[in-house]
Amino acid sequence: MPDTLLTVQSLKKVYEASTGVVEAVGDISFEMKRGELVCIVGPSGCGKTTLLKCIAGLLRPTAGTIDLNGNRVTSPPPNMALVFQEYGRSLFPWLTVRGNVELPLRHKTLSRAERDRLVDDALVAVGLDHAHKSYPWQLSGGMQQRVAIARAVAYQPEVLIMDEPFAAVDAQTRADLEDLVRALHLDRGMSILFVTHDIDESVYLGERVVVLSKSPTWVQEDLAIDLSAERDQITTRALPRFTELRTHVYEQIQRAKRGEAVRPSA
Amino acid sequence: MTLYTSTVITPQRRSRVWSKIGENTAYALGLPVLLVVIWGIWATLAPAQFFPSPTELVEAFIDTWIGPAFFTDVLPSLGRLAIGIVLSVLIGIVAGTLIGLNRWLRELLEPMLEFFRAVPPPVLLPIAVVLMGPTDAMKIVVIVIGSLWPVLLNTIEGVRSTDSVMTETARSFAVTSMERLRFLVLPAASPRIMAGVRQSLSIALILMVISELGYSSSGLGFQIVYFQRNYLIAEMWSGIVLLGLVGVLLAAIFTLVERRVLRWYHGIKEVERA
Repeated sequence: MPDTLLTVQSLKKVYEASTGVVEAVGDISFEMKRGELVCIVGPSGCGKTTLLKCIAGLLRPTAGTIDLNGNRVTSPPPNMALVFQEYGRSLFPWLTVRGNVELPLRHKTLSRAERDRLVDDALVAVGLDHAHKSYPWQLSGGMQQRVAIARAVAYQPEVLIMDEPFAAVDAQTRADLEDLVRALHLDRGMSILFVTHDIDESVYLGERVVVLSKSPTWVQEDLAIDLSAERDQITTRALPRFTELRTHVYEQIQRAKRGEAVRPSA
Repeated sequence: MTLYTSTVITPQRRSRVWSKIGENTAYALGLPVLLVVIWGIWATLAPAQFFPSPTELVEAFIDTWIGPAFFTDVLPSLGRLAIGIVLSVLIGIVAGTLIGLNRWLRELLEPMLEFFRAVPPPVLLPIAVVLMGPTDAMKIVVIVIGSLWPVLLNTIEGVRSTDSVMTETARSFAVTSMERLRFLVLPAASPRIMAGVRQSLSIALILMVISELGYSSSGLGFQIVYFQRNYLIAEMWSGIVLLGLVGVLLAAIFTLVERRVLRWYHGIKEVERA
């Protein structure tokens, strides 16, 4: 098995709008290893979601390539799961929590017992095993997002892609969910690509932070986060090294916003 | 955004449920009972030829409809109505889903659908009779042609407006197209579809009567016209009452089905209101 899980090579995406051509993503290249937790952070409107949709095979890039596990991505790959920011619109309100988690497993050739085991296991992992009969709209925002995460976990993807998943939940819930993501990464060795606009979050969660420039986007910096794997909301965030890193990323984002960073000539 | 609340709905206790049902029944029956009483007093004080008293009406109702007429007139009418409704709903949903999911088909058909919908179905009755004769099939076709449109157009609209994030979710998890239809497209469209079915029911009832008016020798509609023409006033009114009861029964069945199918939808609405 190759060590590199995901390769994004010279990705470019141009939208043809009625008002003219909009270059959302200029030239993005990065790699992600198996079992890594990579955060992508950039100024707002920098084409993070566009990049994600291209990686997920939901959008076709104008130029450049994406390889997952050595296979070219042209349509949604089977070994990838997505968690969206809008949990209210990504869970199906007519299905129960269990029904939602189970839905993507239906087309996999699994025995009934195996499927049940995966669903139960995923619900336990996110701490929602008591609510499997509820409907998503009966749950709070944070719990709904846990359901979406459980659905992704049960799917057993090789890579989990999260698109600003905690942007719409309150700060306390957000801290809990961040720790849940860390736990999934550590306990299950899941490879996670986490897109966020929150600098603290990217440093706290990631083993690497990829800083994007403003649109048309390119990779401004690829920063290794040298904090220990065991992280804690209180102690980790109080470390001097954490502060250094977040300040560094913050400055990079500010430079990106002002457009000061100069794109290296290819 | 009030959808994201933490409200968890717990089922009401049984005794409260029953007292609620009793209260609702009292509200539902209160006004009709009052009106019948007023009408009874009025009819005794000032008898009128064209407006029988409630007791006369009840007698006429029992004499006319309970007995052989139930099997020769009422049941066949109701049977045609039921078949007509089932066919309209089925054709409406199947065709509506196909048209709603295919953009080129939709753009091709939509102006024509608007045109056909605008044609009042009763004017097609003479043509249907010429083409098919005064048969059961003709009457069912008339019912279907008239009551198809609300279901069809609502299904098209409902299928088309499936949430983009939900569609992307299904795509990203490689959900198969049959599963997408069953677990995403149809449930997402179901509130619109049910709204269409509700409209179709009343149109179907009207067309059931109309399809029997001119070119028939039995059926509920035929009997009512027959009584009218022969000055059997109480009998005529009893037929109209029966039609009203059929309408109420249809609405009740619809409500039962709708509650089941749209449980989630009403649940969300309840949470949003809370």
